[in-house]
Amino acid sequence: MTRRVLLIEDEANIAEAIRFILSRDGCEVQVQADGNAALAAVAAFAPDVVVLDLMLPGKSGLEILTALRADPATAALPVLMLTAKGQGRDREAAERAGVSAFMTKPFANADIRAAVRDLLGA
Amino acid sequence: MPISALTGTRLRERRIALGLRQADLAEAAGISASYLNLIEHNRRPVAEALLERLAQTLGQPVQAFQDGIGGAVLDDLRAAAAAAPGAELDRIEDFAGRYPGWAGVVTALHQRAAGLERAVEALNDRMTHDPHLSASLHEVLSAVSSVRSTAAILVDTDDIDPEWRARFHRNLHEDSERLALGAKALVGYLDTAGQVDDQGIASPQEEVEAWLAAAGWQAGGDVGTLASGAARVMARGWAVQAARDAQAMPDAAFAVALAELGPEPVRLAARFGVDPLTAFRRIALHPGSHAGLVVCDGSGTLTFRKPMPGFALPRFGAACPLWPLFTALARPSSPIECVIETAGPQAQRFLVRAYCQPSFPGGFRGPELREAAMLILPAPATPSDILPVGSTCRICQRQTCPARREPSILTA
Repeated sequence: MTRRVLLIEDEANIAEAIRFILSRDGCEVQVQADGNAALAAVAAFAPDVVVLDLMLPGKSGLEILTALRADPATAALPVLMLTAKGQGRDREAAERAGVSAFMTKPFANADIRAAVRDLLGA
Repeated sequence: MPISALTGTRLRERRIALGLRQADLAEAAGISASYLNLIEHNRRPVAEALLERLAQTLGQPVQAFQDGIGGAVLDDLRAAAAAAPGAELDRIEDFAGRYPGWAGVVTALHQRAAGLERAVEALNDRMTHDPHLSASLHEVLSAVSSVRSTAAILVDTDDIDPEWRARFHRNLHEDSERLALGAKALVGYLDTAGQVDDQGIASPQEEVEAWLAAAGWQAGGDVGTLASGAARVMARGWAVQAARDAQAMPDAAFAVALAELGPEPVRLAARFGVDPLTAFRRIALHPGSHAGLVVCDGSGTLTFRKPMPGFALPRFGAACPLWPLFTALARPSSPIECVIETAGPQAQRFLVRAYCQPSFPGGFRGPELREAAMLILPAPATPSDILPVGSTCRICQRQTCPARREPSILTA
């Protein structure tokens, strides 16, 4: 069965690269660049994993994560958070909000593939 | 000079270093070997005359065996030990006495580490609170992430579709351009940390100064381009003041007077019947002027900075207390002129003229307000007296400056 990954990332070239490598792993990847539309995209796409950038236009990654955890339908949805800030307090805030995994940019392709595979339970 | 409790230890170490036997040294000094043994183990005090004989035999000045260990050195060593537990605290004096050079290295390294920690804290604080720097770093990291990931795809994927390959090549090109611009902006920002530019606006004052600098220091531009409301209010104030200054000292007449009297604000002010600070502003801010200008209020806070190449104006923290600007602040209505020399390996000299103007906007019952200004001009070829100054203590290399209020983050 094809696994679905929703990639919420506003950097178009990063999104393209991640979409490519996860698609090569057999995932169906949908990209959403706008934080405000992210929750609607989760509801419509019903992903198995969300890869979520921290800094987004509209809603921030933390706000989206908090909303996902507050909704019983998505409370357990695996979320991998990406950030270019990499500061300790961002990670702590993400962990407090219930993130499943955390990765700082620049990341290695192998690492993000492994992290997504891990979250998919593959 | 007191004889240290470690004099014996030092005598012993020197004797052994020279390959002398206790008996040889004792005989040369006219004492018994057993008595020398007690001295060397710090069990007997050594009289000054005897110490002189021993020192002479050992080929060292008496002071080499006499110097006590300063309390400051021991305190520094204790501080170093506290920072990295594990040292034998009960043997600090022994260590400092036996190896004064190494003790100096340890304390110097500890002080350097403490200084660097403060610098890191300051930079971290700045990074956290400086939206421009944070945004620049984010931009660079994002571009690097994209380049790294895309390049890895191109290298690792043998069977990549030509259309995807072309797309990734294009992305790489875009990101490399973006990275170059981001890195350039970042370096430019960090490189001009002592000056004001539009790359690192952190306060309404800096915003206004950058706005004025972009307009050749003419305050007639569109204040709507300023980001913050506070900056727009300040800019409007500057525009009103500039218009008033220009009206009081009209361009054509000012140019004639400037050519005749030179950048001498008190005489120019007298010529036009205006207050000296108006002349300071006109000299520094008239079109084409290269003069620098700093203005402060009664608290010494810099309220305006027009830099001059070679003379760094502090962006963060207070300025050098030795600036004639602050001398003028303490002597209202007294013109001060001198040549200053900046700190550092490429010290530069400038002629500065400073003046403080008191005012009483509330009349007899109101407070006295003070505003001081300092013009920064090219130095004369052969100045007589030169005042060494800095920019701000944190980045000043004058380690022994009597006006230093905090340690510098720079090494001597």
